[in-house]
This record gives sequence, C-alpha cells and structure tokens, in this order.
Amino acid sequence: MERNLMKGNEALAEAAIRAGCKCFFGYPITPQTEISAYMAKRMPKIGGVFLQAESEIGAINMVLGAASTGTRVMTSSSSPGISLKAEGISYIAGSDLPCVIINVQRGGPGLGGIQPSQADYWQATKALGHGDFHVMVFAPSTVQEMVDLVTKAFDLADKYRMPTMILADGLLGQMMEPVTFPDEQSINEYDKTWAADGHKNSREHNIINSLILSPDDLEKSVQERFKRYDRIAKEEAMAQCYLTDDADIVLVAYGATARVTQSAVDLAREKGIKAGLVRPQTLWPFPVEQIRTASENASSLLCVEMSMGQMVDDVKLAINCSKPVHFYGRTGGVIPTPAQILTEIEKIAGGAKE
Amino acid sequence: MSNTEKKMKKVFSRPNALADVPTHYCPGCTHGIVHRLIAEAIDELDCLGDTIGVCPVGCSVMAYDYFNCDMIQAPHGRAPAVATGVKRAKPDNIVFTYQGDGDLAAIGTGETVHAATRGENITIIFINNTTYGMTGGQMAPTTLPGQVTQTTPYGRDTDTAGHPIRVSEMLATLDGVAYVERVAVDSIKNINRAKKAIKKAFEYQTQKKGFTIIEVLSTCPTNWGLDPVKALKWLEENMVPYYPLGVYKDKEVAVNE
Repeated sequence: MERNLMKGNEALAEAAIRAGCKCFFGYPITPQTEISAYMAKRMPKIGGVFLQAESEIGAINMVLGAASTGTRVMTSSSSPGISLKAEGISYIAGSDLPCVIINVQRGGPGLGGIQPSQADYWQATKALGHGDFHVMVFAPSTVQEMVDLVTKAFDLADKYRMPTMILADGLLGQMMEPVTFPDEQSINEYDKTWAADGHKNSREHNIINSLILSPDDLEKSVQERFKRYDRIAKEEAMAQCYLTDDADIVLVAYGATARVTQSAVDLAREKGIKAGLVRPQTLWPFPVEQIRTASENASSLLCVEMSMGQMVDDVKLAINCSKPVHFYGRTGGVIPTPAQILTEIEKIAGGAKE
Repeated sequence: MSNTEKKMKKVFSRPNALADVPTHYCPGCTHGIVHRLIAEAIDELDCLGDTIGVCPVGCSVMAYDYFNCDMIQAPHGRAPAVATGVKRAKPDNIVFTYQGDGDLAAIGTGETVHAATRGENITIIFINNTTYGMTGGQMAPTTLPGQVTQTTPYGRDTDTAGHPIRVSEMLATLDGVAYVERVAVDSIKNINRAKKAIKKAFEYQTQKKGFTIIEVLSTCPTNWGLDPVKALKWLEENMVPYYPLGVYKDKEVAVNE
C-alpha cells in the first residue's frame, strides 16, 4: 500500500471520492477550505460534481437534492457554516436521506476564531437542527482515521438512511501525516429504491418529504426513526481504550484532544499514576458501555475537551454519576498541553491519596 | 358498449401526469389551472418517467401528491438549490420547481438568483399572487403598493415596507438565463399562452439551453377577500399593469421591447 503525506482536509476529500462520493457542494470557510479546493480539482477528473454554492444554505439544500436521487453526496464546513446548514440537516433527517457532512470545528460563538475547537459537541450530538432527530457523529483523531471514518460514514448513512457527520477540528484538518488508502476499494451498495430519480414509467412515483400534518402520523414516523436510533446505539458505538485495564483515573477525550491526552497519560504513568484513556470514535451514538466498562475499577474520571465542558455531561450520564467526573478544558482555539493535563491528573491523584 | 357511448368523443380528460386526487386548494384558486398546464406539458413531451418536481413550503407544499412524477419537498425558498442538486446528480432528468412569491422572491432570493446566473438547466414555475397564501395572506415581496394584506393593514406603504420586486425583469438581466416569460391565468387566451410558455421552458430544458422561468400571475381569492371571478378581474386590472406580460428573455430570439 502506498503511503502519502497529506493534510487532513485533503486526505478526507480523497477518501470521500474513493468511498463513492459523486457530488460535493461547498462554500468557503476557514479552516476547511482545502476540502473544497481538493474536490474542485479532483471531481471533474472522475466525472463527479463539484459546485461552489451561493451560501451554506444553498450547499446543504443541493446535498438534499442530490441525496434524494440516491447519489452519494457530501458537504463540508466549519462551525458558523454548520449553524447555517442546520435547517437543511433537519429536513434531510426528516426525509430519511443519507449524506455526509464535515465539520472542521473552529472557536466560537459567533464568528469566534479560526483555531481548533471542540465547542460544537452539543450542536453535533444534541441539536443539529429543529425537531426530534439524530445524526451519527464520528470523531477521528488522526489523519488516517479521517480517511477510515469517511468510508464508514458513507456506508452507515446509506445503511440507516440518515445524515452522518465527521466532527473534526482545525488541528486535524490542517496537520500533515502519512496516510494509506486501500488499493482497491469496493463500494458497498445499499437499497435505493426509495430515490426520486425518475420512475421511467416503471413504478409508482417516489416522494421525498418531511411534512406530516397529522400529529398521530408524525409521532409514529418519529417513533419509527427512533427505533432505528436504538439499533444504532446498540450496534454502532465505537471507542478505543488505552491503558484502562488497571487505571485508577480514566481520562475521556476525543479528536485532536485525545492525542494530547494520551501523551498526558504516558507522563502520568511515568510518575507512577495509573491513568488510562477512553477515546470515543463515535459521539452519537455515545460509547456508553465502553466508558462504563473501562472505568469499572477506576476511582474517578477526567474529561478533557477543547470547550467549556460539553461531552463531560455524557460521560457523567454514561456512569450514572456513580463516580467523580472531573473536567479540564481550554476553549477559543487554545489547545491544552500534556503538561497542563498532567497537572490535573496529579491534582486528582493527590486528592485520592489524602 | 351502447350506441350513445360509441358516438361520444372524448374531448377533455385529466392529464396522465396529474394525479386523480382532490387538492387542498381553496375554491377558485388558480393553482389547479397551473398544475394542469404543467401536467399537459409533461404529457405532450412524454417525459413523466424522467421528470422530478420540487415543491417547497407554501400553498404548493403538498403538490407532491398531485403530480405523478417523482417529487421532492424542499425547505422554504430552497427549491432552486434542491433542484440544482438533483439536476447535477442526474443531468438527464427534467427538473422543475413550483414556487410562490414569498418562497422565490423573499426567503429564497439568493437560491433563485444564483441558480439563474449559474444557468442551471432547470425550470421554475413561479406563482405570483402577491401574497403569502398558506400562512393567511401576509405581505409578499410582490404585494402591490397600497395593497391591503394582514401585515400591511393600511395598504403597502413603500416608504416603510419597500417596493415590489419584478422578478422576470430582474432575472432577464442574467447571462445564465435562457428563457423568461411572464404569463397570467385570468382568461382563456392568457391560459393558452401560459401553456405554450411552460411547454417551451420544458423543451428548452430538454435541449440543455439553461435556466428557464415562467412567472404566472395568479389569484388568491381567499386572502384577497374576493370571489373567484372578481379576483380574476382584480388580477387583470391591478397586477398586469404593474407586472406586464410577455417574454423578457429568450436566448434563441432577440427580445426587443
């Protein structure tokens, strides 16, 4: 397998094309613009579609249109742009359409900054638009994982007929790392008989729709969708554990923060503190079982995020608040250092000894 | 078959592209006429199996039940973007949107102008009835100066509520646009013209000529507070002078006004 040194954003775009993405609709925003630029270069060469939309709202609705025809389609943006896409994402979810949405997070709120952030966790996992719905959210922590999770995101979007999101951050998008792509990638086929792609007078007309005016029918439709979500929660939650078997303090971190946190765990081990790390790879569904199991023998947990504390709520819920869950976060584009996290670990460990 | 049945010649029937279901439109509303014209055009061009319709929020939101082609319901104002996604993914299909004035010229102005200037090879059927029908008759971007609506109870004051938008004239200035015509459905003569315009727009699309839009001056008797006949008269006397009928752009023919 060939190894390429690639920027996270470009590796992600290439992986999407190899996963069968045929249409990309984007709009410029830092720090994800390389994805658009890469798509603009590559899509015409492979007979795909690249289109720079008039707005984020335009882009997500073009995604809705292409997805309605059963075509693999993707859009990408960064935090303020995702807020604009929220309307369309809700319609896509309500219409049971598959698509992949990339959020290369930057600091907020408002225009915020352009440095890495994880402050859109709540938005991604709890409220990516109005109404009762979820999108699957993947959290890569290396450039290679950006590549690997994009294929999964397309497959699971098709399998469950729902939008999926790669929640990256400016650090992962901008950094370069060696990546390998599968030599021959077979693209999994899923049922698309629901698609509005012209019935050729050979079937009833298909309707892509999220409007259900009868409360009873709408409730039934949402409940059906949530049965699917229950299945996803059981089958698709993913997390990686690092030195958690004998850990007394279990750290929980995702994305780029997990890399820094892993270094902090190593530093703590050098000092004789039994620290371990659970790294959620899916944020919705949240890896509840993995966190519960990994922290079974621990005395406390420490959640580290590039936010004021968002995922920490889910960590507390995962263990039913049965143990202390500490939090350390930096925000606004500030990346925590291993030393800072180590200090937090030492505080907790010191407290435990007393 | 009896003798009388044998002698009967069928001179009028429902177009194949129009579903045989009752619509939710108010009595006297001209949506039904325009739906029929679109369906006739689809039948005559024999493209039902290749056509995909997009209906956004507004009175026409439930049009997905009325046309027998594949249909997509779009968010408010976003139909041209949705249609762009459909057309780019499936360029060989015929794609049309059916949008009201609030949808197209207020919340969806950006999507409309940019689909037009990109020359997206889609057809927009634009219903201009100077009001937001579905929500109960508020001021639309096309509401006439002085016109009373729920949100202009003293008549549209252009000093505070701005001026109406003449959509056809505006879009005709864009290079990506292949065909723009404003028609009305207030008389037999005008309905026949509207039919020709809609069919021509679909034909241009099959010939990949670019963006086509037919603005249809329509009535909303319920929200105008007029009976259907008076509403047609009101259209003729008030709307047509402000929104003159005619071809505003035709890529194939130089339009001299």
